[in-house]
Parts: sequence; C-alpha cells; structure tokens
Amino acid sequence: MHMHKFEKIWLTVGISALVIFLSVVGVSAFYLGNKPPSCLTTIDPAKVDTQAPFDKPGLHKVEGKEWDYELVYVASAFSYNPAQVEVPLGAKVKVIATTKDVIHGFQMAGTNINMMLEPGYVNEIVTTFDKAGEYLVVCNEYCGTGHHLMSSKIEVVE
Amino acid sequence: MINTASEKFKVDPRDAKIGMANFYVAFTALTLGGLMGLLQTLVRSGKFELPWGIDYYQILTVHGVLMGLVLTTFFIMGFQYVVVSRTAGTHSKTARRSAWIGFWIMTVGTIMAATMVLLKEASVLYTFYAPLKAHWIFYLGLTFVIVGSWFAGAAQIMTYAKWRRNNPGKPSPLLSFMAVINTVLWIVATLGVAASVLFQLLPWSLGIVDTVDVLISRTLFWYFGHPLVYFWLLPAYMCWYAIIPKIIGGKIFSDSLARLSFILFLLFSIPVGFHHQLTEPGIDPAWKFLQVVLTFMVIIPSLMTAFSLFATFERYGRSKGAKGLFGWFRVLPWKDARFTVPFLGMASFIPAGAGGIINASNQMNQVIHNTIWVTGHFHLTAATSVVLTFFGISFWLVPHLTGRKLTKAMNKLGIIQGWVWLIGMAFMSGAMHFQGLLGGPRRSSFSTYGDSAQALEWIPYQIAQAVGGSILFLGIILMIIIFVNLAFFAPKGEEEFPVAEAENPDESAPMIFENWKLWLGITVLLILFAYTIPFIDMIQNAPPGSPGFKTW
Repeated sequence: MHMHKFEKIWLTVGISALVIFLSVVGVSAFYLGNKPPSCLTTIDPAKVDTQAPFDKPGLHKVEGKEWDYELVYVASAFSYNPAQVEVPLGAKVKVIATTKDVIHGFQMAGTNINMMLEPGYVNEIVTTFDKAGEYLVVCNEYCGTGHHLMSSKIEVVE
Repeated sequence: MINTASEKFKVDPRDAKIGMANFYVAFTALTLGGLMGLLQTLVRSGKFELPWGIDYYQILTVHGVLMGLVLTTFFIMGFQYVVVSRTAGTHSKTARRSAWIGFWIMTVGTIMAATMVLLKEASVLYTFYAPLKAHWIFYLGLTFVIVGSWFAGAAQIMTYAKWRRNNPGKPSPLLSFMAVINTVLWIVATLGVAASVLFQLLPWSLGIVDTVDVLISRTLFWYFGHPLVYFWLLPAYMCWYAIIPKIIGGKIFSDSLARLSFILFLLFSIPVGFHHQLTEPGIDPAWKFLQVVLTFMVIIPSLMTAFSLFATFERYGRSKGAKGLFGWFRVLPWKDARFTVPFLGMASFIPAGAGGIINASNQMNQVIHNTIWVTGHFHLTAATSVVLTFFGISFWLVPHLTGRKLTKAMNKLGIIQGWVWLIGMAFMSGAMHFQGLLGGPRRSSFSTYGDSAQALEWIPYQIAQAVGGSILFLGIILMIIIFVNLAFFAPKGEEEFPVAEAENPDESAPMIFENWKLWLGITVLLILFAYTIPFIDMIQNAPPGSPGFKTW
C-alpha cells in the first residue's frame, strides 16, 4: 500500500501531537491528581436521609484531613439541600453529594466543579474556593418538569 | 433514450423504491423535528410560551428522537442500500425482502414511540435516563427501530457477500465496502442499547421487575451512544471520499487508505463510551482514562481523511492550472450544489472536531459536561457536517432514483439552502458554545434561576440561539421544497449517480482489509479489554436498584 510522502509527514506530526497530548493528560491525572470526579461508594437511595454524612447536609469543618471542610449535598426532584451555603474564601473543600430519586447534575456554573449524581452512588470532588462571589449551582442533567428550576447558591465570602 | 452504459450505472428501480421509502420517512422526520427545534429555541429566548399545555421536555424528546434516531437511521439505511445496489449490483429478492421488512418494522416502531411521546407518557429524552420510567410501548417502539435496522443492514451484507463470492480474490467496490463497515459498526454498537432495553427497561416498565440498575443502563447506552455518532458520520465520509471527487471531476486520492481509515473507525469508535461518563460516580478513574486514550485514536483516521480530501481538491485544482499555495481553492465547482453543500459540511467539521477533542478530554470535560456547549458541538458535527452532506447527496440521489433531473433553479436553491443553514448554525451553535463555557446547562427550559446574576448573563446567548434557530427553520423549509420538487415535480430525465475512481487504478487494495474475522476479532477484543473489568465491578459493587419515577 502506497503512502504519499506528505501524508507520512502529516500523520507523523499528528500522531506525535496526540501522544504528547495524552501524556500530558495522563501525568496530570495520575501524578498531579487531577482526575475527573468519581467515587466508588454506594448507598441505598431510599435511606439517604438517615445515613452519614447525608443526614446532616451543609458545610462542616473537619480536622486531620487533606481538606478543611466537607460540603454535603442531597439532591432530589427538584431541589438541593442545602439551598444556600456560605463558604470562607480560600477554604479547601470536599464536596460530597448524592441523590434520593432520579439522576441529577451538580454544576457550580462557570467553574469546573461538575459532577453527576446517580441514585445508589455517592460522588465527590475536592476543590479550593479561591474566588469570592456568589455562585449558582444548577442541575444540568434532565430530571423532569422542574429541572430548570433546580438550583442552589454558594457564597464564597472573606 | 437509455443507452447500455447508463443502464449499467442506474440503480435498479425496485431498489430505488426502497431508497425513496426511507427518504420519505427521513424528510418527514426532518420537518417535524425541525419545527420542534425551532419551538425550543423560541421558548429558551424567554419571549415565547408553548400553548395547550405542551411541555418543553416533551418537544425536546420529539426533537431528539426524530432528528437523532429517525432522520439519521432512515436516511443512512436508504442511502447505503442504494449505494450497495449501485456498486456491488442489484440486490437479490431475499435481500430486497429483508430491506422491506426492516423498513416496515422501523416505521411501526417509530410510530409507537412517537405516539407515547405525544401522549406525554415518555418525556425521558432520547438518552432514556433511567430511573425515569416511560411507558413500555415507547421502549418497545425503539426496540423495533433497532431490530428493523438490523434487517435493513442484513440486505447490504447479503449483496456484498454475493459480490465477494462472484469475484474471488478481488477487493470489493469501495463504496460497498464502506457501507458494510458502517452496518457492522451499527450492529455491534446497537447490541448494547438493545440489551439495556430488552433486559432492563422493558421488564421494568412492564412491572415484571421492580428496580433498575441505573449505572449499567447508562453504560450500555453509552456503549452504543458514541459509535452512534460515527454511524452518522461514516455515510458523510463515504460521500466525501468516494463521491465528491467524481462530482468535481477528480480522482480518489487512495483507495487503500480510505479503507484503512474506515477499519480504524470501526475499531476505535466502540470501546470508548466512558468518555461520556467522565463525571459519573461508580467508575474507576483509571478505566475512564483508558477509554479516553482509545477515544483519541479516532483522531488518526480523521487526520487521514482530512489529508485525502484536501489532496484530492488540490490535485484537481492544479490539473486545471491553478497556481500558488491556495490557488486550487478558487477553481473548485462552487456553482454545483452537489459539491458546495457537502463542502460546507466538511469545513464545519474542522471546528467541530476540535470541540470534540475538548469534550472527550479527561479533565477539560468537567468544564463543559452537560452544558449547552455540548449541544452546540453536536449541532456542528451531526446537524451541520453530516446533515449538509446528506442534503448534498439528496440533490442528485433523489432525482436519480425517481428518474428526474436536478434543474438549474433547484441547484441554485440548493446552494442558497446550504448557506442559509451555515449562517443559522453559526448563530445557534456559536451562541451555545459560548453560553456553555459560562456554565449554561443543556436540556433545560427557560429559567433565570430566581434572577441570579450568572443566569441573567446567559439570556442574550439564548436570544442569539433563537435567531439561529429561526434561520435554520427557513433552511428546513427550503430543503423540503427541494426534496418535494426532486421527488415529484422536477422534469423527467437522468441524473448521474457519481462514483469516483482511484487515482492509481493499478494499485489494488490489500485483501487483508476484507478479512472480517480479523477486524471483528480485534473489535471484540478491544471491547472486552475496555469494558469487562469495569462491568464486573458495576455488578459486584451494585447499590440497591432504583424504582421507577415519573417526574414530568
């Protein structure tokens, strides 16, 4: 099978770029720890309200962990608990969330805090709130008629 | 007068009938689905409310199912069926019967699913979203669409196999080979969604079982959901690789490389569904990363395709005496709708593909996942690159099949149609991309989220989307005028079914490309490699199942 010289060059450059790109992504994920949100913890979706930490939604200071706070969210059609929360500026926070019914999204608009909440699973993401302001949390996965009304507010305050 | 040469290249009228039957359904879906799309953009502008208690998510489901499943599947099955007939020879009686059975099963399934959506029993969008529970007739209807498409695909495989038997040791006609690759890809991919619907969603919606495993249903769906987009794309590639060169009067750059790229698409489009599930719980990040790497392998055949196409254009231009680095660009036949409209599709694939790289990236995905950026992305890929190419194909294929001619007036209208589409999409898709970067969610009705400052910033983009949507709807009206004209009213005559030849006819494609045991074997191995362990994990580590919900 014949291959044109220019095509060989084109593919060599292209594939090299691909290898570099994937290496960067891989190093970032497994050396720097920038993995997409994922948590292999399961939960009975019918008993969310009675189980820790979801029996106490909201912001909690923690000691002796890599992060300073845990922000616990419970989603259900069509609201989040808590509906509003204040987070101190610069805090390193682990956001832990789950859903009681259908699939919901959890996105802090305009940031890369973005995860899916699926019944039976806990999802979490660790982040540092280093910009003050008021942030909208929206459900970005279709969950029914009230989907576009489902939101929460995070205020990052000094 | 029909001479023998043109008779040889004419699609058998009995096969043409099947092609046209599929196109009638496809273009009906385009009309209704397009109207729903227009209404959605109007609702999201905040200036319009749906009358008669119609729900936004209901029309969203109609739009998604009609455009993403009905328009595409029917058009592709019709197109590939006649492509095989044209290049590998008339279908046998058995193959033709299979194609008709497939067509009717698909049509009945479509009507069943559509009825349940219209009755508001199935506003679950087209990705299903268990544990949202639709009426069982909806799921059964979609099963029919898939099973019907297997019958339709079997017809192509039968005729291809017959050609191989009659021509031992010779590489099959390029377009037939490509059609069969795409059919095989489709069959392997739909096994996933068929398994989910048959073993999970149907028994559950019928009340035979109480709960559903959400993560498994999503994984099976996305096992199908990504190759699905390649199933849409490959027919467009067939046109770009093997038909456009003939239309402009050039040659296929390399027959062998075209085949190789199609095989790579088959191998690397299926074991990659996790990149749609990057932000989901329940899947180990290492397995997600593995599928991200496999996802990026499709960049290689994409680069090959880009090279071949532009090489064909440049060589043709230079043969016409074009000078300079880009002189060939000007001598291309811009006044021929059969070229210009697919070319606009091709050109939009450059930004569209770049957006796809962002979507599938391990970490960048978090910025845009489930934002309206994604909607913008697939309106640039599927709804521009693919759909404009399908329109370009219709301009000659419909008159060819109905024994009519593409008149000058229709050709001109075709070019106008292509530009109207591109402009409309630039507004709509462009605004979606920008709004997505600001965090605007997809699949959502109009909302200011209690007048939140962030949400108010999104509204101007939504108004731009409504402007784009209105222009696009105008494009749909133009396309329907052209289609109806070419199907029923254009003057009788003959329209060519263009099939290009390879630049170097002496170099025949290596027979290893048609070694199905080898390629299917590698496909299966890759799928097992990418899915087995995560799947065992999901089953062993499964949470209690979910009961059904009807939240609409």
